[in-house]
Amino acid sequence: MIAEGAHAGFIVAAYLLTAAVLIGVVAWIVIDGRTQRRRIADLEARGVRRRSAGKTPS
Amino acid sequence: MAAIDLANPTRFLAFSGRLLPFVWAAALVVLGAGLYMALFVAPADYQQGEMVRIMFIHVPFAWLAMACYGVMAIAALGTLVWRHPLADVLQKSAAPLGAAFTFLALVTGSLWGKPTWGTYWVWDARLTSVLILFLIYLGLIALWQAVEDPGKAARAAAILTLVGAINLPIIKFSVDWWNTLHQPASVFRLDGPTIHPSLLWPLLVMAIGMTLLFAGLLLMAMRNEILRRRVRAMQILAAAG
Repeated sequence: MIAEGAHAGFIVAAYLLTAAVLIGVVAWIVIDGRTQRRRIADLEARGVRRRSAGKTPS
Repeated sequence: MAAIDLANPTRFLAFSGRLLPFVWAAALVVLGAGLYMALFVAPADYQQGEMVRIMFIHVPFAWLAMACYGVMAIAALGTLVWRHPLADVLQKSAAPLGAAFTFLALVTGSLWGKPTWGTYWVWDARLTSVLILFLIYLGLIALWQAVEDPGKAARAAAILTLVGAINLPIIKFSVDWWNTLHQPASVFRLDGPTIHPSLLWPLLVMAIGMTLLFAGLLLMAMRNEILRRRVRAMQILAAAG
């Protein structure tokens, strides 16, 4: 375990910053995914369909 | 299912949807084990003491910063040679992740450098070439945002990505070609790692965990990009009436 010391702040800062950036990236991707799904649902509700929708990929 | 079948975006969405829970579960388990080993099991280094614990996050981020660019360079070939739509999607989706990993490699390295080197930053070849990698990532993200047509953006980004790939061997061998404050390679060496196993194993477990995290994030970002393209196609259809 990390011992108390003059440099412990650097270690804590490195791990906290890492956690903050990674949580931010995960949140951004999750929110982006929800946004795109909502947009597709809205367009489909307006009757818009992709040309390839319903086709089975071959 | 043959790998080529995944070339279809619809099949990729279905396959990645089934794969993602396993990737995330593996990432959480391996990262949890890696963090436990890094913070509670690994001993302090005989020279730098507890500061060595920054290595367990700094080094995986540095590896992933380069690996992500390598994946993008392969995808760039897929875009230019085969005009593969999933290669375009991969290129675009990976760039922000690569930028985040490179940023974390730079910042954690800086926080490691101050107590061990006495400075946050020095313009040596390794640090400067990694900073250039970060700037290339930012340039690619800006390029994707600047060009509206995804196909044209993909080809322009692919060319820039392949030109920028020359930076990867420069990063790798910078510590051998020039005198740098940054230490030379200590894991991937022809004569074997020079790190004691008590520090090497936590590092490798963390690296595997971070790689799984990257895989999970990349799959999710690719799925989002495929959906974004569907939204665009539907909006064009709606506008055309």
